[in-house]
Amino acid sequence: MINKTTLNKIKEIVGSKNYFDSHAYLLSYSYDATPLIHQKPDAVVFPNNVEEISKIVRLANEYKFAIVPRGSGTGLSGGSVPIEDSIILVTSHWNKILEFDEKNFTVLVEPGVITANLQSYVEDRNLFYPPDPGSSSISTLGGNVAENAGGLRGLKYGVTKNYVLGLEVVLPTGEIIFTGGKSIKDVAGYNLKDYFIGSEGTLGIFSKLLLKLIPLPESKKTILVEFSTIEDAINSINEIILSRITPSMLEFIDKLTLQCIEAYAKLGFSNSVETVILIEVDGNKFYVEESCEKIKEIVLKNNSLSFQISKDTAEELKLKKARKIAFSSLARVKPTAISEDVVVPRSELLKMVTQINSISKKHDVQIGTFGHAGDGNLHPIVLCDERDTKNLNNALRAVNDIFDASINLGGTITGEHGVGIAKREYLTKQISNPGIEMMRKIKKSIDPNSVLNPGKIFDLKPKCEGKLPSNQKQVEEYLAKDLWI
Amino acid sequence: MNLLNQHQVETANSCIQCGLCLPTCPTYILSGKEVSSPRGRIQQIKYFNSNPINLSDEFISEMNYCLDCQACETACPAGVKYGSLVESARNFITTENQTVLKKYLKKILLNGFFSNQKRFIIISKILRFFQNISFFNLVKIFNRKILLFPNLNQTFYSENNLEFYLSIATKRFSVALLTGCIMDIAFKKIHDDTIEVLRQQGCDVYIPKMQGCCGSIHGHNGEHDEAKRLANLLKSKFNVEKFDAIISNSAGCGAFIKEYPINFDSSFSTFSNKVLDFAEFLSKINFIPSKNKLNVKVTYHDACHLAHSQKISSQPRDLIKLISGIEYKELNESSWCCGSAGVYNITHFEDSIKILDRKMENINKTETEFCVASNPGCIIQLEYGAKKSNSNVKIIHLATLLRMTYV
Repeated sequence: MINKTTLNKIKEIVGSKNYFDSHAYLLSYSYDATPLIHQKPDAVVFPNNVEEISKIVRLANEYKFAIVPRGSGTGLSGGSVPIEDSIILVTSHWNKILEFDEKNFTVLVEPGVITANLQSYVEDRNLFYPPDPGSSSISTLGGNVAENAGGLRGLKYGVTKNYVLGLEVVLPTGEIIFTGGKSIKDVAGYNLKDYFIGSEGTLGIFSKLLLKLIPLPESKKTILVEFSTIEDAINSINEIILSRITPSMLEFIDKLTLQCIEAYAKLGFSNSVETVILIEVDGNKFYVEESCEKIKEIVLKNNSLSFQISKDTAEELKLKKARKIAFSSLARVKPTAISEDVVVPRSELLKMVTQINSISKKHDVQIGTFGHAGDGNLHPIVLCDERDTKNLNNALRAVNDIFDASINLGGTITGEHGVGIAKREYLTKQISNPGIEMMRKIKKSIDPNSVLNPGKIFDLKPKCEGKLPSNQKQVEEYLAKDLWI
Repeated sequence: MNLLNQHQVETANSCIQCGLCLPTCPTYILSGKEVSSPRGRIQQIKYFNSNPINLSDEFISEMNYCLDCQACETACPAGVKYGSLVESARNFITTENQTVLKKYLKKILLNGFFSNQKRFIIISKILRFFQNISFFNLVKIFNRKILLFPNLNQTFYSENNLEFYLSIATKRFSVALLTGCIMDIAFKKIHDDTIEVLRQQGCDVYIPKMQGCCGSIHGHNGEHDEAKRLANLLKSKFNVEKFDAIISNSAGCGAFIKEYPINFDSSFSTFSNKVLDFAEFLSKINFIPSKNKLNVKVTYHDACHLAHSQKISSQPRDLIKLISGIEYKELNESSWCCGSAGVYNITHFEDSIKILDRKMENINKTETEFCVASNPGCIIQLEYGAKKSNSNVKIIHLATLLRMTYV
């Protein structure tokens, strides 16, 4: 617990109207969208301006408490879940678009602007902000940058980091800096901006974001194809890309997910359909037409069961519906849905999907898989009931095996959700000890008192501390296990 | 007594905390605070279900701040029936934790007024007398809320001598009409129009007398037992086998009656299964539009208890578009609550008006002559909003619009 005197000092900074420590508030800010992880903060504050944030950060350094920044709380790795002796610092009410620069195609926003709101704002002006995470209807841009959010358009348009030009950040020691700018090229010194993107609230608190926009594609078409085998579907995906077409969306839905979609929404997929892929092509009219023709040839050659193409927006939405409700349909089946986001090189996609299926059988848990097949990013959704310990443990074992499989295929444990608390213990599977140590050193040098979201991404102390090897034999054992001392 | 029953505990546990309900929640958008969101409220309900002593004032006020519009249910990927959780919490608060005075006042209002049809009519007549002599215009000076009071009818269906109306076209169906409480005393015109449209569509329309309130006002305000008593009374007035359908033209009543079997017990199933919303019924029987042209611009407001509780949103739109000559304009944020929400506009006047202002801004942007809404609460609220924003838009029930094609 943070002591009363310190809490009062925090309250003085933001004013009593913006400071909350009642039970209802502590409860309502004890979680984000990550299953199984929650912890009450000691207080929740809504600062009015960047100076107040800076003051709170300085106070945290002086009185040793932790600050956990939070937007809408839709993260999937526990990045904005409180830790012990922490306060939650909310910026979701900072929701103004500060400047729209039509000449330079940039927009300066506050961190609490909702992703979808920015998208419709710029699309009204014939411009485009592509990053499109699943929670875009409520996720904040500050949170998107902190987690380097991805989404459906990764294959063609990349992820959030490709659209961040500059950031105003409150450093963990209280200074306010602006890094980056409107220049496309900029090699003045270290690329500080990129340290903060995807730092999960551990290196700074954003107060302004300068984002890049691109022209809105002139036209687009959506295609839905059904297959009777996974092989045919994934071969089609690979062939489409090898034919030099880059769809703006290339999505995949597996059998279990399809069954759940049918049970929930009855979209009319027959039982013989094993896999569905959803494709969106955008660009100028001729390119779109030509690409759709090519795609049709490719899927027909690969034994597709059906090929549907959208004529207007209404049809587009209809075709996208299955993918849109994929997660919902799975989430209804069991009380707990652990959503993973492994990514493998596209060439290994078929192996990854096959391995997920055998992991599901091995641990006797249902796993529905869908995802952004075009960029190798899959969402295996492990379904379980957290109140059933045996079932939960099986699910966690399955998650562990999925991570191993991904790493063995040259992939990553997380493509867009971040590490946070949920994947912290698995990070060492992927990152070597010197790599983790470098991260620790960076954290330590920027945040010497560990006030910003400490303990997220990696433990602040090396794992073997406390039970250091005492004799030569133990040291050799440690070395053999590649455990870092 | 527990706050939630076993089934509801399962419901609460199926919330996966994804947060997709947040952008659809009017109170979250107003306050910007997670405590005032469906996701936050579910956490609070879960907590107080396991720790029912010392309900905090904050919890009580949070449960009452909720509009119970159920827009979150439509947005919820996991299908959580949030409305039933909040209603149970309110019921629990009423029975376990309310000052005697408050309890008493609420009982007088709910049970003294709405529970007994005879008394309801007598009081309505007294109120009508005051309204007829323009007494309310005097009160208006002291309290704006009086403007939310509807104009009362000069005659009521519950006292009507005629018990059925024969079909005008070739007879296709026998249906019964739910007359309701507020609908009966203040919206006789909507009943007239509903009956007329149904007759034009080949329906014999029966109107059982003295039906009384369906209990939804009680159910939504934590008076579970009284709601059940009224439900039984209502059920007893209908000879279910005789009718192809029982028509509701009030979204709130229809939604509540359809949920009788879930909220009470399965003995209500036969009755509840017969109940269909007016628009739902018309689209089921292949509505035959009139040949007359109606050259007007129309938009449609989704009543929460129609769109979110009963999942009826395409049918009324399709019916409007069938009218020849009509120019239909879709309303932005159409499925957003108008702030009426039962008695919310009385208990939380200021908040309700903020929500209403947002709704009126959207309606006025459509520049239409008519805005169709299918719930008496919405109609009263939106009429007040139109007056307040100096708008010429007329708020009408779907039945009224359809009837205009027969003149």
